[in-house]
Amino acid sequence: MAYLELNNIHKTYGQGEYATEVLSNINLSIEEGEFVAIVGFTGSGKTTLVNLINGLLEPTSGEVLFKGNPVSGTSHERGVIFQNYSLLPWLTVGQNVYMAVKEAFPKKSKKELNELVKEYVDMVSLTHAINKRPKELSGGMRQRVAVARALAMKPEMIIMDEPLGALDALTRGNLQDEILNIWGKDKRTALLITNDVDEGIYMADRIIPLKPGPNATLGPEFKIDIERPRDKTEMNDNENYKQTRNAIIEYLMDIGNDRKSEAKEEFVLPDIAPKDFVYQFK
Amino acid sequence: MKQSITLGRVTKFIGLGFLSTLKDLFTGKLEKEDLTSFLRKVVVPIASILLFLGLWHMGSMSLYNTEAEFKIEKALKDQGPEAAEAMRECIASGDISCQPNTLPSPVQVWDSYKSLLKDHQIINADKAAFAEKTASLNEKRIAEGKAAITYTGRPSFVDQIFRSLKTVFAGFLLALLIAVPLGILIGLSATLKSSFNWFIQIFKPVSPVVWYLLVFMIVKTLLIDSNEDSSFTISFISVGLCSMWATLVNTAMGVSSVDKDYINVAKVLKLGPFQKIFKVVLPSSLPLIFTGLKITLSVAWMVLIAIELLAQSPGLGLFVWEEFQNGANDSNAKIIVAMFVIGIIGFLLDRLMLTIQNWVSFDKTDAI
Repeated sequence: MAYLELNNIHKTYGQGEYATEVLSNINLSIEEGEFVAIVGFTGSGKTTLVNLINGLLEPTSGEVLFKGNPVSGTSHERGVIFQNYSLLPWLTVGQNVYMAVKEAFPKKSKKELNELVKEYVDMVSLTHAINKRPKELSGGMRQRVAVARALAMKPEMIIMDEPLGALDALTRGNLQDEILNIWGKDKRTALLITNDVDEGIYMADRIIPLKPGPNATLGPEFKIDIERPRDKTEMNDNENYKQTRNAIIEYLMDIGNDRKSEAKEEFVLPDIAPKDFVYQFK
Repeated sequence: MKQSITLGRVTKFIGLGFLSTLKDLFTGKLEKEDLTSFLRKVVVPIASILLFLGLWHMGSMSLYNTEAEFKIEKALKDQGPEAAEAMRECIASGDISCQPNTLPSPVQVWDSYKSLLKDHQIINADKAAFAEKTASLNEKRIAEGKAAITYTGRPSFVDQIFRSLKTVFAGFLLALLIAVPLGILIGLSATLKSSFNWFIQIFKPVSPVVWYLLVFMIVKTLLIDSNEDSSFTISFISVGLCSMWATLVNTAMGVSSVDKDYINVAKVLKLGPFQKIFKVVLPSSLPLIFTGLKITLSVAWMVLIAIELLAQSPGLGLFVWEEFQNGANDSNAKIIVAMFVIGIIGFLLDRLMLTIQNWVSFDKTDAI
């Protein structure tokens, strides 16, 4: 039995004639300790998929099984790192993390909780900023706080929804390494949603493309057989990497082109002009 | 990180930034680049105040002349040329008995202001003397279990200002205690929202006068056995009910429009309902709640005058009304003094709320 299983998931927004099916026939299974990346275009329904897995949304049909049990609502077992950080701006870095651990470990004493907060803030090397508010931090620092908040709850699985999407390339690279380091320590199961193929290849064991929505569904999976720890510069020369990367990009380009050719209908603009406009030039 | 407290920071914080510019001018710290901002912040406002005073002065002079001409003409028509000449001389001499009654000039208003202050000092002295005189008697009365004799003379202008402020703060507090909790409940529940909507829409535009009458009907009956003066109770309840709507609507809106990301965080962290309200919903709607409270306070101060006037509750409103009824020579000038005092206090109350708002709420514009 897989650790996380999605069976024939369909998700529809709206009702009746306004219904749009965003996800259709999604099947996915993730083993314990695995790092899986789902790559897709913007607007293909990635966030919907994430919200189905973390329990914020319910599928229209099909089932999400976590350790064999159907998912209903959110759970501390599945930590989420949101795309837009979602830190509470009126709390400091420490308070943001503290709020999470207090909910996750209601039995621990205040002192233990504070130590936990310190440990995780230190892990993302933000100890110097523990008393700052999110608006005083840079984008990368904010996302590190979000990482600390999600991990401090000691979830069994980490779900990341384009966590590095809004960051510049340099910060992005650093944070990728940091997340991999943390993940490597206790090998929690991880699901990464991203629109960056390179990021997926660098970080994940398996990449699964999501065909663009509506009616988005998962494509064939690509295994990444590159040994960890991976090195970005070395990877560029790795034959395996080149092949996988080309295959994935080719696949994504192909489905992109299919989409375009599907939109065959041409619209002819009616030959009209405002009255005044016509008179003026006569 | 502690920031040092400087005059500049403090004045900027309470929304009176021009004060620090003024200070820089006198201490010679003003840089050349600041010259335009100095012009804009200090010179232009002062110039506009002088212009206002000048226009006011000219306007009141012109009205004064019209009124004087009319008086002389009337004397000429009714009593003949000698009476007209006498009236002209009387007006020119500045005799109180025949001064034209019209819009007072800035100088007259300033004089009235000084006379009101002097009056306040006299009444204060009077009070002190009264307290001294009755001190031993009151001690005896209290020892015998009787009520002490209190000063019942007429209140001074300054006393009335404080009385008005008391009424406004009582009304504001009432509005706060009703509107904020109710607004939170309405904002949280769609059912409550639709059941309260008609209520809010109908009662929001009701005029202060009608609110006063409504409160009067109810309070009069409730306090039917009491011999005490209920004018204060009636006026502060009316002020509160009149002004609470802005806070109610803003609170409900703030609570119901919390950023979806924050709600998702609350869900993912599995916060309980109370935790969710106090840790996520309320902090995030504080800016809107405070905007509502600021409007409420300024509305409260605005309707106070009308309500005090109706309720015959001592305060600035009653002062204005009594001066108008009084019709003495300097009554008009005193009314204008009251007008400025009301305006300036209203401005200061607004700054007070702004200061508190800056204190408690985070800046929503660049929050992520």
